[in-house]
Amino acid sequence: MDEYRDAADARRFARAIARVTTRPWKIMEVCGGQTHAIVRFGIEDLLPDGVTLIHGPGCPVCVTPVEMIDKAIELAGRSEVILCSFGDMLRVPGSRTSLLEAKAAGGRVKVVYSPMKAVELARANPDREVVFFAVGFETTAPANAMAVFQAARDGLENFSMLASHVLVPPAMEAILAAPGNEVRGFLGAGHVCAVMGIDEYRPLARRYGVPIVVTGFEPLDLLHGIHLCVKQLEEGRADVENQYVRSVRPEGNLKAMELMREVFVVGPRTWRGIGSIPDSGLVLRETYRDFDAERRFGPTDSHTEETSECISGLVLQGRRKPFECPAFGARCTPDQPLGAPMVSSEGACAAYYRYRGDHLETSETSYGGDHGKE
Amino acid sequence: MEKNNVTRDSANRPTTHPCPPDHSDGNGVFPVCPVPHAANQTIQMAHGGGGRRSRELLENCFLSAFANPALNFLHDGAVLEVGEETLAFSTDSHVVSPLFFPGGDIGKLAVWGTVNDLLMCGAQPLWLSAGFILEEGLPMETLQRVVDSMRTAALESGVTLVTGDTKVVDRGKGDGLYINTSGIGRIACREVGPARIRPGDAVLISGDLARHGIAVMALREGLDFENEIASDCACLARPVQALFEAGIDVHCLRDLTRGGLASALVEIATDTCMDCRIEETSISVDPTVRGACELLGLDPLHVANEGRFVAFLPPEQAEKACSILATFESSVAIIGTVTPSSPDTRGRVILKSPIGVDRIVDMLSGEQLPRIC
Amino acid sequence: MCLAVPGQVLSVAGEAPYGLTGRVSFGGVVKEVSLAYVPDARPGEYVIVHVGFALSKVDETEANRVFEYIRAIGELDELTEDQP
Repeated sequence: MDEYRDAADARRFARAIARVTTRPWKIMEVCGGQTHAIVRFGIEDLLPDGVTLIHGPGCPVCVTPVEMIDKAIELAGRSEVILCSFGDMLRVPGSRTSLLEAKAAGGRVKVVYSPMKAVELARANPDREVVFFAVGFETTAPANAMAVFQAARDGLENFSMLASHVLVPPAMEAILAAPGNEVRGFLGAGHVCAVMGIDEYRPLARRYGVPIVVTGFEPLDLLHGIHLCVKQLEEGRADVENQYVRSVRPEGNLKAMELMREVFVVGPRTWRGIGSIPDSGLVLRETYRDFDAERRFGPTDSHTEETSECISGLVLQGRRKPFECPAFGARCTPDQPLGAPMVSSEGACAAYYRYRGDHLETSETSYGGDHGKE
Repeated sequence: MEKNNVTRDSANRPTTHPCPPDHSDGNGVFPVCPVPHAANQTIQMAHGGGGRRSRELLENCFLSAFANPALNFLHDGAVLEVGEETLAFSTDSHVVSPLFFPGGDIGKLAVWGTVNDLLMCGAQPLWLSAGFILEEGLPMETLQRVVDSMRTAALESGVTLVTGDTKVVDRGKGDGLYINTSGIGRIACREVGPARIRPGDAVLISGDLARHGIAVMALREGLDFENEIASDCACLARPVQALFEAGIDVHCLRDLTRGGLASALVEIATDTCMDCRIEETSISVDPTVRGACELLGLDPLHVANEGRFVAFLPPEQAEKACSILATFESSVAIIGTVTPSSPDTRGRVILKSPIGVDRIVDMLSGEQLPRIC
Repeated sequence: MCLAVPGQVLSVAGEAPYGLTGRVSFGGVVKEVSLAYVPDARPGEYVIVHVGFALSKVDETEANRVFEYIRAIGELDELTEDQP
């Protein structure tokens, strides 16, 4: 993997990107994993002034709605429930507290690395209700689908899923269709495409005239993706291109999609900070509805107040940079987050806070986009 | 003997500090603990995680309640004048779960944790106390194993356990057993601490990173790794004493525990108001440990260690110090250098990423959890 | 989104379609991973793993594409830099 982090090659790419850039371009990397790598490795510092990266909504814990988190906290408080969750979900604030605080208050919250671990727990604890808090994009959906599928096959009646599954293309469309959109090109989410393939992005590229370059996660992958994207923009093309060929087949993973379709259907979803987007999520199919935690334990509240000061919606849509938020680094820090993007290490705010140290600066001039550029 | 005139008069100590944290109102009367803090009214796991929350708790609650020159110094232990002697005094509580893990156990951690803290003050560890909090129902055999391990660890590090205490709590109110140890050591001749760090100092680490945190997390979180990752749990007496015996003018030592290298360096940078510039490619992480970190989404710089330290020393002695330390542990490395901080910032830790771009290193925020995204 | 990490398949066990698993090495740390979605993965091959599931095989013939690309532009680079 180290060869994809080579400093000399990175500079070669940087020079190549500078050479093809004649005008300013705003490019959005969709996926939070890419945001994390961009900030951690300092990719933005290698880019010419004209190329601006905008951080997209592809952080699953960031877009999980507040009311879902409140529901998970409520379930964790029930004596018969073991609530299983991915680790990154624990610190995300709900309307009042987080799962971590619920755990500190005595709630039974178990961190799992894989959804299959939750199924195992259900098997091992027949006298308890095991609820898996299933968040994620298309990448995680096959694993979560398998958990439900196997629970159904084994007749595990004490397993259920609180599902907040979201899909990437509808979110990209929501961004492109928004008035005042400035995004001119996308780096597509490599691991999502490893599952779904690249064809579903073609209509978007065509309709909105934006290039979409499916991109990997290593520094050289990202620089390669940016180069391909800028080149298309400069040449006036708007194609779907695949930078991450080593892991992404054009048709995606057919077996994974098959099981996803077996268990889930496309339905409406609420995105934290953005709102409801039609056909933007996955819900359990009627045949698997018995495993729906909301059906078993009652639905989540439909409306919950978000902290008023948090501009996470604008950040997630790439319309504001994290440091443009008045609370950033002051009233909102990774230890005391107001909004989800400050929590997850994929969240744009946390990534900025952690790796750029923007909160440490005192003068505003350092935000001008020339952060230590050569 | 001292290169710079740092006086041992404890009353003057804060003035030798480039920018001491100001917890005093100047009259020796300290404000009471300003808790409750903001939104969080209860103790969270992160308050014990060695990162920012721990630091906040220390500064907001303990320092303001107990502030005094020895405590304000914020090193691994207190340095105290007793007649002609200078003593180092340190304490550490151990609550590891599981009690036994590849490469170590709670007994070794309890002895070496305090011994290492004393060594970091430049002291020779002499005496130890041990307080045991035992949970009702703990098998006697388990306790015996831990005690045997402590005895071996004490022998190895040359300390004597001279006093102790035992309490038992109800079943379900402790993870088997907790151990607190306190230790006293003698400082022979040399001042070692953040106040002696100077711009230009080389920064060394005494081995590869992140073994302990991954070893324990792999067991505790049931990650089902097929191969064992062993903790780096170790007594640092021999490598540290070898540095002193070779006449290395060690400016500051800090053992890397919870919060990892990142937290240790950020603390030092903040306390000294100097920048610490390090290079990611010079920091060694075992491939297996790195693999586990990638899989779990953890940054090795934030993962706990129990047998590694960072040393600040004059650049001209760095190579020699490296070769001395290399006789004890492979992967010893000079990872960076100390520079003056820019006037408008506090001291920062700046890391050159593998692709050659600088970024800020921050303390661990919150408890470390495996992540999926 | 979605931390997915490449690892090398060491051995394959279990029954297709859903019980297929592989021992996968991530820089030396070995973990059992579901191969239900990548049933054609063979020992020695690399797979991308997310939350305990292999999601795709890494095509080694394509693994050098990034470097070939930069080498090609790199040559261009030198040509342009040589010009006064």
